[in-house]
Amino acid sequence: MGNELKVPTMAELFASGQQPEVLFWVGCAGSFDDRAKKITKAFIKILNKANVSFAVLGTEESCSGDPAKRAGNEFLFQMQAVTNIEVMNAYEVKKIVTTCPHCFNTLKNEYPELGGDYQVVHHTQFINQLLEDGKISLNGGSYKGKKITYHDPCYLGRANNVYEAPRDLIKKLDAELVEMKNCRSKGLCCGAGGAQMFKEPEKGEQDINVKRTEEAIEVKPDIVAAGCPFCNTMMTDGVKAKEKESSIAVLDIAELIANAEDL
Amino acid sequence: MNYIPNIVFALVLLCGILFFSRNVKKLYRNIKLGKDVDVSDNEPLRWRNMVNIALGQSKMVVRPIAGLLHIVVYVGFIIINIEVLEIVIDGLFGTHRVFAFLGSAYNILIASFEILALLVIVSVILFWVRRNIIRLQRFVKPEMKGWPKNDGNLILYIELVLMVLFLTMNAADYQLQLLDAEGYTKAGSFPVSGYFSMLFNGASASSLILVERTAWWLHIVGILFFLNYLYYSKHLHILLAFPNTYYGKVTPQGKFKNLESVTKEVKLMMDPSADPFAAPAEDAPPPEKFGASDVQDLNWVQLLNAYSCTECGRCTSECPANLTGKKLSPRKIMMDTRDRLEEVGKNLDVNKGNFIDDGKQLLGDYISHEELWACTSCNACVEACPISIDPLSIIMDMRQYLVMEQSAAPSDLNNMMGNIENNGAPWPFNQMDRLNWAKEE
Repeated sequence: MGNELKVPTMAELFASGQQPEVLFWVGCAGSFDDRAKKITKAFIKILNKANVSFAVLGTEESCSGDPAKRAGNEFLFQMQAVTNIEVMNAYEVKKIVTTCPHCFNTLKNEYPELGGDYQVVHHTQFINQLLEDGKISLNGGSYKGKKITYHDPCYLGRANNVYEAPRDLIKKLDAELVEMKNCRSKGLCCGAGGAQMFKEPEKGEQDINVKRTEEAIEVKPDIVAAGCPFCNTMMTDGVKAKEKESSIAVLDIAELIANAEDL
Repeated sequence: MNYIPNIVFALVLLCGILFFSRNVKKLYRNIKLGKDVDVSDNEPLRWRNMVNIALGQSKMVVRPIAGLLHIVVYVGFIIINIEVLEIVIDGLFGTHRVFAFLGSAYNILIASFEILALLVIVSVILFWVRRNIIRLQRFVKPEMKGWPKNDGNLILYIELVLMVLFLTMNAADYQLQLLDAEGYTKAGSFPVSGYFSMLFNGASASSLILVERTAWWLHIVGILFFLNYLYYSKHLHILLAFPNTYYGKVTPQGKFKNLESVTKEVKLMMDPSADPFAAPAEDAPPPEKFGASDVQDLNWVQLLNAYSCTECGRCTSECPANLTGKKLSPRKIMMDTRDRLEEVGKNLDVNKGNFIDDGKQLLGDYISHEELWACTSCNACVEACPISIDPLSIIMDMRQYLVMEQSAAPSDLNNMMGNIENNGAPWPFNQMDRLNWAKEE
């Protein structure tokens, strides 16, 4: 079934005079990073299953500018933002869903002042809505008895106060949600934010992702759930550094849902 | 009648108030060295924040032990200040316990002051133990060496002494009331000092009066000293926490402000009718500096933040960079900003209001590049601060200066930004390949 992903682009729909209800903002990680591409596809499967009217920008999408802005390059950020806004406004985009909390934050909070006013939701919020509307149903049987711990991405949690949407989904999986000692507003960063993803860390005693992974390992989970492609990378690396990859899987919420649905 | 004590008191009080207002003026001037920022929005929310966070201590109790002890000292401080009002009136007019006419209400007041004073003493001792015996990690970080450590302890000693003086004064007063001493109105209920007033059993009225008067004077002089100590101390938070929570961030924590000066440039670049070679207008202001390298480049709310910081270190103890041994400490960012601002202020003082370049700045001389680049912008420090200080905004402003004015980003980040510029992604992938994932198995 994997080959049959339906991924319409805004350009295609526009050419045939159609307007999708929602734009799926894939993001750079979701487009290019091998691990994150799996998250993208898992989410597409969910969108397809629920018959959501959506499209992606495809080759017309460009970096949201988040890493440039957090690195201090306001100029590059605003160039990216203004370019993206021009494209999206031309397509009359109203609503955006994204699997990346960094894009989510930037599009939601920092684009409006530059002329890009959209309703922006994170994919965990979107999937919750699909369930509520009965567009998809969940059969979480395959996770029965599994311990899942959820790592709060900073740009979803503290930055935008989205703590419950991902947890609600995990709870619907029939799995046992276990919390790390630092969770929700006290969640410890994975170490990737603020453009750290793209550079070597400063000198210290430990890498941040390893510290966060240790906190996760403390609660003995079968799965570390994440809602961010960068957190996913950092936690996956952390689990490897701790040589726990055979017992702990790091999965995005979209993957958990897609797997439960056996899509 | 002998008016000398009244005159001496009035003079002491006047000196204390004049010196304090001189410091307040200086404080105001220094904070206003920061750039202007519009904080006229969201007024109801701002008031709510001030009431909840500063007045209601809502973020203090996130850490229950420190929070509870702090509330005791805070409530004690506020309530016992009612007594200071009586002391000031007594001092100025030569009365004694002028509020005694309140009768049983007065007894309740004095009794509650006494109980609070005792609780404050207990809390202050526990605070001291946490700093000096248990040595909680956040109190022994490198930036806490020297003055910050001494300042922290000194505040506790002053509070302890003030409370002991207050109780001593009451104890002697109570004994004098029992002796029917002249001028010592029978008023007040002394649940705490009544206990150890037996220490004074058998003392003569004259020596009791000496004790009572000494404690009374030392107590009020001590309070005036403490008031004027604030400006030189982290303890300034007892006043500035209120405006600081009012002016704190009211947008989502993840929303960083967009630089308007950049927006202007970007709009110009995107405008097809703009002439890129046009000479700037004659009266055009010089282009604005991007980001911050010194305190004057920060906005005044950030400078208010620096003066409000009480160096509790909750920010640093939650910072992922600091927790993993990196040099960055959000608390140090705030302390450095304040120290540099003070230095600039002193420069203005000695140069009659003009700033003479001292060859120093916040960036480099106080805050290193290494600290700035260790930040993950995770907002843990902002969330942890009990009074809405935002160290992250200062870090970001300084990064902007490094990148946009000095092109001094780490080379990895320069690569990342080059990629975004050239192909719209932080990695060197072609934008035309952006949808390839849809076709891959």
